[in-house]
Amino acid sequence: MRRLNYILKRLLQMLPVLLVVTIMTFLMIHLIPGDPARIMAGEKARPDAVEAMRVKLGLDKPLWEQYWIYLKNLVTLDLGTSMKFSRPVAEMIGERLPVTIALTLFSTALGLLFALPLGYVAGLQKDQPTDHAIRISTLVAIAMPSFWVGLLLMILFSVTLHWLPAGGWDATSLFSEFKCLILPAFTQSLMTAAILIRDMRNSVVDIIRQDYVDFAKSKGLSAGAVRRRHIIRNSMVSTVTLLSMRMAALLGGSVIIETVFALPGIGKLTYDAISARDYTVVQSVVFLFALLVLVVNLLTDIIYSFLDPRVEF
Amino acid sequence: MKRYYPQSEKTRRKHLLPAWAVTPTFILGVVIVVIALIMAIFPAQIAPYDPTVVDITARTKAPSAAHIFGTDNYGRDIFSRVVWGTRIDLSIGFFGVLVPLIIGSIIGLLAAWYGGWLDSLLMRISEIMMAFPFTILVIAIITILGTGTINLYIALWLVGWMSYARLVRAEVMTLKKSEFIEAARVAGFSDARILLRHVLPNVISSSIVFAASDMVMCMLTGASMSFLGLGVQPPTPEWGAILNEGRTYITYASWMTFFPGLVLAITGVGLSLLGDSMTDILRRKGR
Repeated sequence: MRRLNYILKRLLQMLPVLLVVTIMTFLMIHLIPGDPARIMAGEKARPDAVEAMRVKLGLDKPLWEQYWIYLKNLVTLDLGTSMKFSRPVAEMIGERLPVTIALTLFSTALGLLFALPLGYVAGLQKDQPTDHAIRISTLVAIAMPSFWVGLLLMILFSVTLHWLPAGGWDATSLFSEFKCLILPAFTQSLMTAAILIRDMRNSVVDIIRQDYVDFAKSKGLSAGAVRRRHIIRNSMVSTVTLLSMRMAALLGGSVIIETVFALPGIGKLTYDAISARDYTVVQSVVFLFALLVLVVNLLTDIIYSFLDPRVEF
Repeated sequence: MKRYYPQSEKTRRKHLLPAWAVTPTFILGVVIVVIALIMAIFPAQIAPYDPTVVDITARTKAPSAAHIFGTDNYGRDIFSRVVWGTRIDLSIGFFGVLVPLIIGSIIGLLAAWYGGWLDSLLMRISEIMMAFPFTILVIAIITILGTGTINLYIALWLVGWMSYARLVRAEVMTLKKSEFIEAARVAGFSDARILLRHVLPNVISSSIVFAASDMVMCMLTGASMSFLGLGVQPPTPEWGAILNEGRTYITYASWMTFFPGLVLAITGVGLSLLGDSMTDILRRKGR
């Protein structure tokens, strides 16, 4: 019950932030230099077409009324119509959102899979060759541009070896979709893993020196139990916080990685919309990204409250 | 008149760089960064060809003795383009961080010191900005301002200052209550003197450490934006932009993408190694 209250409280705290985010995405179109109606109608549009667009978009109304309409439409999931693709934006986003969410979750899972054992080993063997090797690898992984790594993997596994599709989306089966996600997810997971490994290592280095670890050992707990219950669990606390920040970064990075691999997700949609100057779509996806980040943060807080019993509700 | 006393010179150098700090990784970092700096400062002397001159007879040539990184679809020498690009990418990394470092630190310092509405405003703004993924924020600003090198810088500055402001704010908050600041206040020093002479030197090191790793991030973001066609525009030889041009030819002219990315990655590793060593030095000195 107290946890439910806590979740509700966090939801309420989210609202003002969300409201300001809507103001910012609403103003985006008005901040672009030039007349929004002319931009939307196209460079070569006739004056009457521009006026028609102005009325259609409601740009002839006062600013506060435009915002009110924008907000009302947002609540009813009416995100307007795409200028270039002449389709409801909500529909376009609905089709693409699962791809981006699958990609983000897949690369997060892969990142954790690499990070947990490597970070733990590096922490245990502090300042030994293994630790140095892992440290250098993480450094390299962070410095490599994701679009370059993606292209290299594509050359190796798709162009040369023909093991995996060279980008694009094959929706014939769940397995074919999974195959399309392997390379992009792996590319994205490298930096996630690198950042998590460094954090995990430092946590483990600190924790194995703690008295409660010594105590757990001296009371006769098996090495496995000490590892699970005391070392890994405690080092996970900061990992969860870091992971939520990484997920926000992964969502942002999806613009780059989905463009490289031609995946039909939100990131690719953002790129296409900017290239086509389709500002209704840009506005909506920017809002969507902010919404996703806020949801991730909320989930993190909830996970946190399960993981660390000391957290105050 | 320039006579050095060997002993004092030695002690001074020892203070600057203790022996334990000179690790192989540190040396590697220095070597990489120095080479990158030389390429950035003297591109005309190093690059064998003009980076923008089109040569139809030498289109998409694989790496050879004449063109060690090969040529692109216009017959331009990739190595020359990469060398000239060093200047642009290093500038993005350096100035993309320097401006936020200065402005963000000042804002964080003032917000923590004076508190009140300035502090609340800073925290609210950062809360809103944190709601957007970093890349999306940069993209949104570039969408509003338009593409191009200058707008890329502005976007990086507008997004970057916040981390420094928060970092400095947090440090000043804990420092504010310490005894020596209290003593300075009791002694009747002006706010400006306390902030500049007592607070700033104690809080700036964590910002500088962060800036070292932020520089790599900034350089990568700049390259990513140019790769997406939102930052530096072709034919200007920027590493991300070169990669983007080569992407179309990836199946049969992979050198067009391989080498610019490799140089970008190596430069990033060099900067990271240097940043890591700096973190170690500052941390040990702090003890």
